[in-house]
This record gives sequence, structure tokens and C-alpha cells, in this order.
Amino acid sequence: MKLGDIKDLLHASVLTNCCDLDMDVDSAFCSDMMSNVLAYANDKSILITGLYNAQVLRTADMMGMACVVFIGRRDPDPEIIELANELEICVMLTRSSMFTTCGLLFYNGLNGGVPSELQR
Amino acid sequence: MSCNDSLHFQYVVSKDDFTHAGSASSDVKNKLKKMNVDASAVRKVSIAMYEGEINMIIHAYGGTIDVDIYEDRIVMCLKDTGPGIANIEEAMQEGFSTAPADVINLGFGAGMGLPNMRANSDEFNIESEVGVGTTVTMTIYFT
Ligand SMILES: Nc1ncnc2c1ncn2[C@@H]1O[C@H](COP(=O)(O)OP(=O)(O)OP(=O)(O)O)[C@@H](O)[C@H]1O
Ligand SMILES: [Mg+2]
Repeated sequence: MKLGDIKDLLHASVLTNCCDLDMDVDSAFCSDMMSNVLAYANDKSILITGLYNAQVLRTADMMGMACVVFIGRRDPDPEIIELANELEICVMLTRSSMFTTCGLLFYNGLNGGVPSELQR
Repeated sequence: MSCNDSLHFQYVVSKDDFTHAGSASSDVKNKLKKMNVDASAVRKVSIAMYEGEINMIIHAYGGTIDVDIYEDRIVMCLKDTGPGIANIEEAMQEGFSTAPADVINLGFGAGMGLPNMRANSDEFNIESEVGVGTTVTMTIYFT
């Protein structure tokens, strides 16, 4: 699924100026616990989270993840978007709920990611 | 540089600087990438060092990270100034955490960091003394 398709499905807005909407991804990882992302996620996944802070972007960067989808009613602070631009990570914001977001993406073909080589 | 030499870098990690937590790990990641180190090794280094850097901020009073990059490996030595860990075996268990609610609200405190650091390292050592501090040393080979 292309990042552009994800944007459309979620009625999301892209908040960063570095987003390759033609980039293909096939899995997603959803958590508000960054240490779970660091332990279990796959580098080819996008990250879906309701947590807005700089460490979410740092975590995605360490994992080599290309896109973060923020779930929520409020907008993330500009410093967070600035950091995402610096790290060249695409950030989207959707007003859909966590459940609906994951459901829509799963229903349309994204999977939970193959277990990473690091998973125990 | 001859093959026994290393490139040495030191980072100061300051307590209560959660926003900048991870900048040392980011810097090392970028250096390794520029050196064309294998991508999966870079990822292991990034994850292991980042977890360690976060621990130095959320559980300890900050400290220093010494990084030595050799031709075939990287050695990261993370040394903080306390409070130390009373029971290392317990701390190394998956799911064990003493993180308070405010740390959990920041997205950490699942008790996954130390086990994940060990899993990503080829050599892992942790030493700690209560009231003195904790030193974690991790070696990761590039191939
Ligand atoms: N540098 C340190 N100084 C003092 N205590 C530490 C340090 N690092 C870890 N600990 C202790 O060991 C426990 C386990 O650490 P670990 O990194 O595995 O989990 P965590 O940091 O609590 O959560 P997570 O890493 O999943 O965000 C911590 O909760 C803390 O009690
Ligand atoms: Mg930790």
C-alpha cells in the first residue's frame, strides 16, 4: 500500500514537507509504548500512535521507519514536526480513532509485519 | 588508520533533557551510515544505544557515553552516576520496570529496554553499584 493510499483511507493530513506518497509499505505497528516498538516492530512498517513527543520520532528513526501516523484530536507541537522534517520521516495526522485506523488499514491489506529477526 | 585503531567519541547525557534524549544515538547512527556499515548492524547499534541513553535519563542522573568504532565493530560504554541497580538479574527480566507513571506517559517503562539491549548486542555487560552508578558495555560486530 502506498503512503498516499494510507493518507486517503484515513482522511489524514500530511504535516511534514518530506513525504514520499508513492512509497510502498506492507505493514504497520501500533503502540503508545516506544520500548515495545523498539523490541518488536519491523523496519518496513509504519508506526501508528496516540503519543505525541519527540521520542516517537527518535524511535521511528532508530528503527528505520519511514512514516508515523498520529491519532488524535489535537495537533502535535511544531517542534515535533520540525524534528520529523530533520529526520526525514513522514508524519500524518488522522482524526479517526485508533481502532478505526488500524481496522481500515488491516482491511485494506496492511499486515502486522513479519516477526523481526530481533524478536524473541 | 591502522586496523587496531579506533575512532573515539564521547557524549554527555544530561538528566531531565527528555526532549533531546536520543541525540547521541542519532549521531552515532549517522556516523555509521556514512561509513557504509551494514544496515542491519546500524539498526542494532541504534536500538541498543538509544534504549541505554533513555535509561540514563529516566532512571539515572545522566552520565557519559563513550563510543569506539573499529573496523569490524563498535563498543559503546554507557556510564551513569547513580542511583545504581540493586538487583541486576531482576532488572534484566523482560517486563520488569520501576518506571513511574510520568515516564510511562512518555512512552517508556515496559521493562523491555535492558533485554532488548542484550538481544541486539554481540557482547553485553552490566555492572552496577547502589549509590554509585551503572555501567553498561555493549559490543556489536558489523558483519
Ligand atoms: N541506568 C540505570 N540506572 C538505574 N536503574 C536502571 C538503569 N537502567 C535500568 N534500570 C532499572 O532496571 C529496570 C529495567 O530497565 P529496562 O530498560 O529493561 O526497562 P524500563 O526502562 O523500565 O522500561 P523500557 O526500557 O521498556 O522503557 C528499570 O525500570 C530500572 O528500575
Ligand atoms: Mg529502559
